Amino acid sequence: MVAINGLLVLIIAAIVVILLVNVRGKGMFAAAAVVTIAIVSSMVAIPALLGHSFEVMLTGTYTFGPVVIKVDALSAWFILTINFTMTTGIFYGLGYMKRYADQRNSITLHAIAYILLHLALVGLCAIQNAMVFLLFWEMMALSAFVLITFEHEKKDTLRAGINYLIHSHVSIIFLMLGFMYVAFKTGSYSFSAIADFAHHQSAMAGIALFLAFFIGFAIKAGFVPFHTWLPYAHPVAPAHISAVMSGVVIKIGIFGMLRMLLLINSDYTTIGFIILFASILSGVYGVMLAIIQHNLKRLLAYHSIENIGIIGIGMGIGTIGLGIHNEVLAILGFGGALLHVLNHSLFKSLLFYGAGNVYLATHTVAIEKLGGIIKKMPRTAILFLIAALAISGLPPFNGFVSEFLIYSGLYGWIGSGSIGTLVIVLFSLLSLVLIGGLALLCFTKAFSIVFLGSSRHVNIEEVQEQGQLQLVPMYFVGLLMLLIGFFPALFLRILQQPIALFTQTIGTAPQPIPVNITNALHTIGWAGLLFALFIIALWILRRWVSSSKPVEVGPTWGCGYPTSSAKLQYTANSFARSYSKLAKPMLDIGKKEIAITEVFPSKKHYETHTYDKLERYFIDKLIKLIKVVTGWFLFLQNGRLQRYILYGILFISGVIIIPIIIEKIMMLLHFLNNL
Amino acid sequence: MLSFVLIALASLFFTGVIIRTKSITAGRKGPGIMQPVKDVIRLMKKGAVYSQTTSIVFRLAPVVYFCTVAMAALLIPFGSSRGVISFNGDFIFFAYLLGLGKFFNIIAAMDTGSSFEGMGASREALYSLFAEPAFFIILGSLALLTGNTSFYDIFSALHLGSYITYALAVLAALVLAMIAMIENSRLPIDDPKTHLELTMVHEVMILDNSGFDLGLILYAGYLKFAIFGAIIANLFTGGMSLLWALVVFVGTQFSFAVVIGLIESFMARFRMNHNAQFIFALSSVSFLIFLGVLLVLGKFI
Repeated sequence: MVAINGLLVLIIAAIVVILLVNVRGKGMFAAAAVVTIAIVSSMVAIPALLGHSFEVMLTGTYTFGPVVIKVDALSAWFILTINFTMTTGIFYGLGYMKRYADQRNSITLHAIAYILLHLALVGLCAIQNAMVFLLFWEMMALSAFVLITFEHEKKDTLRAGINYLIHSHVSIIFLMLGFMYVAFKTGSYSFSAIADFAHHQSAMAGIALFLAFFIGFAIKAGFVPFHTWLPYAHPVAPAHISAVMSGVVIKIGIFGMLRMLLLINSDYTTIGFIILFASILSGVYGVMLAIIQHNLKRLLAYHSIENIGIIGIGMGIGTIGLGIHNEVLAILGFGGALLHVLNHSLFKSLLFYGAGNVYLATHTVAIEKLGGIIKKMPRTAILFLIAALAISGLPPFNGFVSEFLIYSGLYGWIGSGSIGTLVIVLFSLLSLVLIGGLALLCFTKAFSIVFLGSSRHVNIEEVQEQGQLQLVPMYFVGLLMLLIGFFPALFLRILQQPIALFTQTIGTAPQPIPVNITNALHTIGWAGLLFALFIIALWILRRWVSSSKPVEVGPTWGCGYPTSSAKLQYTANSFARSYSKLAKPMLDIGKKEIAITEVFPSKKHYETHTYDKLERYFIDKLIKLIKVVTGWFLFLQNGRLQRYILYGILFISGVIIIPIIIEKIMMLLHFLNNL
Repeated sequence: MLSFVLIALASLFFTGVIIRTKSITAGRKGPGIMQPVKDVIRLMKKGAVYSQTTSIVFRLAPVVYFCTVAMAALLIPFGSSRGVISFNGDFIFFAYLLGLGKFFNIIAAMDTGSSFEGMGASREALYSLFAEPAFFIILGSLALLTGNTSFYDIFSALHLGSYITYALAVLAALVLAMIAMIENSRLPIDDPKTHLELTMVHEVMILDNSGFDLGLILYAGYLKFAIFGAIIANLFTGGMSLLWALVVFVGTQFSFAVVIGLIESFMARFRMNHNAQFIFALSSVSFLIFLGVLLVLGKFI
């Protein structure tokens, strides 16, 4: 209680100080505030993760009722994940924002919004009262909006920011719907009321309630088809904001779903299948669209959708595991999902930091213009490569571990169940494999076109490696990724308590994680170490053998053609061409082409634009419809002040008169009844 | 450990047998069986030429590629002896290790900045994407059939079934053999002996490699063949005595090599744009295996 008040006072003090000091000081104080929030919340979260949950009850107000602040193992896992990425994000941001140091006011707003975002995220994990939850949700949405629109003088940025803001509020409508429905039925805004409500109602009501929350949280998390804000918001935000948005802000949607799963103890099997279906759609669709993106940050944004899908597949099979009382499936599903939440926040933030470095050095994130950057920015390139390998789910990196858990769950599940389930398992397996293969295609493209070969458009001589302030946070992220990759069993053990929360919902005693799973993870860790040693040994052998041999450097073999230039290199578009030809029915690629038809070539032109097919049919159509309907009322907006005052007066008098009239009518009816 | 030694031994002769078969069917005298290995040794003794466009990635990639294949070999069991590394779900690790090797091969090819190598890299990425589902479905079917999820447990439990199990094993062997052809970029997917860079997949990716690096890449290819041969042999050896298992192993590896040699002698490469469809068709064959397993287990009722 004292700690919470103390923290709030400190944060308000920090915000006031940020308003006063110079630009350098603003960054320092923002970093200090973020680190303070991280330390205080971690001090609560670490014991909670080990099983000693923290709970206080604040008195609250008359309307909200008492506000329970509770940090259990699930909250703790998300709080720690949030703290890590927010902390690396602010330090990376200190370096990244240096070039914007002259925009004093924007930086003030940016620093304050960052602190508030961190506070809101941590708060959302702990608050157990619907009204306060929605308040914090709004605080998160607004502060994220301010952060995204840092470069608000650009039209695209503002448009993307507003797009995000609208999506956020649609999400809030669904959440409010769920919370208000419960509050209306039970008269309480506390989260425990949701559990009571779901317990006493029929399964259908439980599913309906969960669906309302699911859609609300899915918009935040970026599940297909609610994903369309993500590919706009991520590219326009500063790199550390994209990292934070993609790493932790969208994960709060996942957290919300998991929290609701714990509260709404209903027909888990059906809910699980719903989640699984939505996740498979997100996973496959996200990566399919990622491949054809030629803006590095937009590509990464689509990969966030894909990874949310992978997390969702884990969550889905975990929920089904609860529904069919298959403990192992539940453990593997939720374990994989929770670990992937951390993993994705790590490699995705690393990728966005890498993209940020590239942007600072070259002033562009258009993949087709880049190339050969590894020679000038070797550290950024290697860190980006590690993250790219990890996000493709390749061993011995962390992405493999969580995907392995989900695969193990699916293969374990295959042994039990009817033919219907088997087909679904097979379908999920296939989509997971396909996601892996497509991610490999996508990241070989992204990494090799941006960093390898020779530069296509950018003057490579001007490119410089970024400063330590940006690289050191990246090293930390990379280090944690390697730790998870090499010691996966340790991290699964840390997850024991959060997983136990889920297995407890079906009334069984908390069970340890099955031995064969921990053994498998142990072996994966050892195999990873062995593999690394193997590479080092062979590398040394190679050095030793070839040290005495003549080594020449020459031009690339041009297959008999004498002149080879950077223009002749394979481009991102051509690399993805055979794929995009095959996947054409699912994609929306506009092409403008003036082809060579005459004997003597004239001016020619070729350009492609990619668009989101779901956005075209699902969002754009909807907006068109809304525009038509609202267009009918356009006569109300006629620009005359007198009319507007009239509307106001009509409204006020309506508010006063209508209840009086109703009362009179009721009185009359009453009188007539009594006659 | 036994399996690793056997795979290493088999890899020494495998490509030699293919080449010998080809030269016999073509009526040529041809090189000896050990010639591919001799080539590798000679290459490793040579110096190297590097393109000025390349970076550290290009030099690291062959080492990583070789290590992934060697690690993958450690996962394969043989008869009643486990692989060196064996755990539940090790075939997932196996497939993803090979994926890691491919990742490095592709980015190394892109590192040269040559459009030909880029073309090969793009094709390789696409083909491996389509080949993977078939592998996972086959292993999933076998896991369903035997109730186990590691290479060793699956293969040692496989013999317990009926004749249908053997029929499924033959079908699985067929698909695995085709996956091996795709993994190693042989006919009918890719022609390593074609005269034009435009029509290659794997060979064009390693155009700029030379010396020790090229030796590593070539030997990794031989090793990959032997690994897939060993997996196919394992489909039939479950529960056999060591001696019989050894006979089956040698027989499978030898006949696999001969079959590849015969295919390469009498077939032409598919058209590039039909390859993706062909590879995807493999997945549907593996669906047949899955259905067969459902039939065996009586899940259709």
